[in-house]
Amino acid sequence: MNALDERIVRATQAGLPLTAEPWLAVAAAVGISQEELFARLEAMLADGRLRRIGAVPNHYALGYTANAMSVWDVADEAVDALGAEVGALPFVSHCYRRPRRLPQWPYNLFAMVHGRSRAETGAHIAAIGELLAPALRAGDVLYSTRILKKTGLRLA
Amino acid sequence: MDELERAIVNRLQGGFPLCARPFAAAARELGADEATLIATLQGMLDAGTLTRFGPMYDAERLGGAFTLCAMSVPAADFERVAALVNAHPEVAHNYERAHRLNMWFVLATASRAQIAPVIAAIEAETGCTVLDLPRDQEYFVELRLPA
Repeated sequence: MNALDERIVRATQAGLPLTAEPWLAVAAAVGISQEELFARLEAMLADGRLRRIGAVPNHYALGYTANAMSVWDVADEAVDALGAEVGALPFVSHCYRRPRRLPQWPYNLFAMVHGRSRAETGAHIAAIGELLAPALRAGDVLYSTRILKKTGLRLA
Repeated sequence: MDELERAIVNRLQGGFPLCARPFAAAARELGADEATLIATLQGMLDAGTLTRFGPMYDAERLGGAFTLCAMSVPAADFERVAALVNAHPEVAHNYERAHRLNMWFVLATASRAQIAPVIAAIEAETGCTVLDLPRDQEYFVELRLPA
């Protein structure tokens, strides 16, 4: 990442100023024109470094308090196609393939699932299980019981 | 939650415009005016309904290395181990989970080479074995939890 993009990330990663012309304020802070700022942000949107621009809701404040990490042992030859389908489900916030660590850890697909109750989240997880069924060997569910630390992923 | 707050959660998680008066443009889409939208967003941030308003970057694509780690920590030792783990600045988040593997944390470092020394230090300090589970592949997600 070039130095200009890094300055833009640092100036905006904590949020935009809630003023009528927020981009002008960011451009001034970074020391570039608003047009140049737009061009850099569009480039970062295009290559995926910038996912989106908008409101970042607090799941807990919206009532989504039953948050589970569902983990699955899916046949290697099927995991990428099925992982893409799981990621497209509306209640899944993150979906990753990770290495198995046998014998302690047999699961290679992780899907974070959000619901307003354990019953709702459980139904979502059951739906994932049905989708994966043709290639599924085992699964497990890990509910979070406490946040021990949350600083977010930011440029230091 | 009022109608505008609901519309913000349901329709303004992305697509905030790159233009001179973006709040005015976004407000028109939501059937509100610029000043009301700005005041409502400030209220939602103050209340904690929103954690942030602005660009959401993909930390991994910006550079740096990340991994998910899991440990099985004896219950009697849990708080001590949590404090030792959290003291590392490379630990970005850490969750207690109801499972034999009851502590799950994410390490974020500037480069892949810096991950292993942090894991070794945590293992030495805590006496617990760390399972290192880096992501091999991310599947596209479009989270839209309705308000």
